[in-house]
Amino acid sequence: MKFPELNNSFKAIVIGGSAGSFQGITRILSHVPNDFPIPIIMCLHRLKHVRNGFIEALSIKSIKEVIEPYDKESIKRGKVYLAPANYHLSIELGMYFSLSTEEMVNNSRPAIDITLSTASFTYKNKLIGILLSGANKDGALGMKKIKENGGLTIVQNPADCMIDTMPISALNATNIDHTLDIDDIIKLLAEIHKLYK
Amino acid sequence: MQDIHIVDIRKLTDVIRAKYGFDFTNYAISSFKRRVIRILELYKFSNIDALAQKISNDPKFFEEFVSEITVNVTEMFRDPSFWRIMRDNIIPNILLNHKRITIWHAGCSSGEEVYSMAILLKEMGILENSKIIATDIDEQILERARNGVYTVKNMELNEKNYVRYNGENELNKYFEVKNGLAYMDKSLVRDVSYRKHDLVNGAVFNKFDIVLCRNVMIYFNQNLQNDVLKKLHESVFKYGYLAIGSKESLIWCDIANKFIVANNDEKIYKNIKE
Repeated sequence: MKFPELNNSFKAIVIGGSAGSFQGITRILSHVPNDFPIPIIMCLHRLKHVRNGFIEALSIKSIKEVIEPYDKESIKRGKVYLAPANYHLSIELGMYFSLSTEEMVNNSRPAIDITLSTASFTYKNKLIGILLSGANKDGALGMKKIKENGGLTIVQNPADCMIDTMPISALNATNIDHTLDIDDIIKLLAEIHKLYK
Repeated sequence: MQDIHIVDIRKLTDVIRAKYGFDFTNYAISSFKRRVIRILELYKFSNIDALAQKISNDPKFFEEFVSEITVNVTEMFRDPSFWRIMRDNIIPNILLNHKRITIWHAGCSSGEEVYSMAILLKEMGILENSKIIATDIDEQILERARNGVYTVKNMELNEKNYVRYNGENELNKYFEVKNGLAYMDKSLVRDVSYRKHDLVNGAVFNKFDIVLCRNVMIYFNQNLQNDVLKKLHESVFKYGYLAIGSKESLIWCDIANKFIVANNDEKIYKNIKE
């Protein structure tokens, strides 16, 4: 698998996922090396009222530490971030996070659309958006924004998903660049890692 | 969803500041932008200029605007572990030194947190010895807080939180359902004073044993957070407590060295310097 559009100008990766994405995410994180060059920002649907446990579960397989950012925390190179439970996570123009308790979007808080759209507004064509397995349409609008702003869009291959509603909604919403199995998403990240050396 | 530019947001905040003295300039930009887009869609304005004009000409509408622009999503006993620490550590600690306890809910929204506190105090047997002030910038939401009427759907969530909090009773001891709405027991908040107050422009008006300002300052940028935290610090008695949201932090702010951490998970700070 080759990705000709990859280069070392990308500034961040955002990943959205919901039902059935946990395994895929942990496999991806188990392959992201410690010196991975750009931030990975994850917005995953999770239990709203369970503050602890999820990050620990993700960390078991992850090489890198997974961080739930504080409100207004700066985004640092090569860190892995996770949207905290029961907050929307936005990315601001000054390259920092902000949190909010606004109404749920697509029945979700955190909503993937919010994280993806605000990341796209900030990073424009220097952003890679990845949308994984899930049972609703959250993330489709965000992927559309990323595409409109010239970023690179990737969805998990519906056939590789436990629940394919989410990637299919994104495929219907915009012209997605790549439809990949988790294994190929891992290869793409390895390719990025190489390009920045 | 349409997109709007930051210059448009500035235009709007300038009009509001000039006409009404409310300053939204330092609100966190992406959530503020989402709120504005929401209002444009809700009231079917074709663009920001139309909205700015309506605000400028119609003070009544401006009140509605403030109500829509501020985020009023809240729960009773949000973060049950926070309320357990309040009950088991913080409040007993204050009661070591004096019998009366004063509390300020800064940004009380629709009042769920006030009811949580009142229930907590009642179950500790000290509600009569407590004085609660609850403030918000939004007059309409204060009215809802005073009314204490919530949807049954929200009460289900509140009940789950209360169970996790390990309350003494069932939450439904404190409300009655009529016509599909939950009416809170008003005797809980008989002595609560609900007042309109703007954290951004408002002056420090009193000192308290506990100030709660949870998930309010996340809607401000860092400069404004810094300014507001100075006022909050001045509003807490020495050795009193300030509670902020679990994903907020004091470490960036000028007043950081005036507090020590009383509980890091729940973001409760003790004021040690005046």
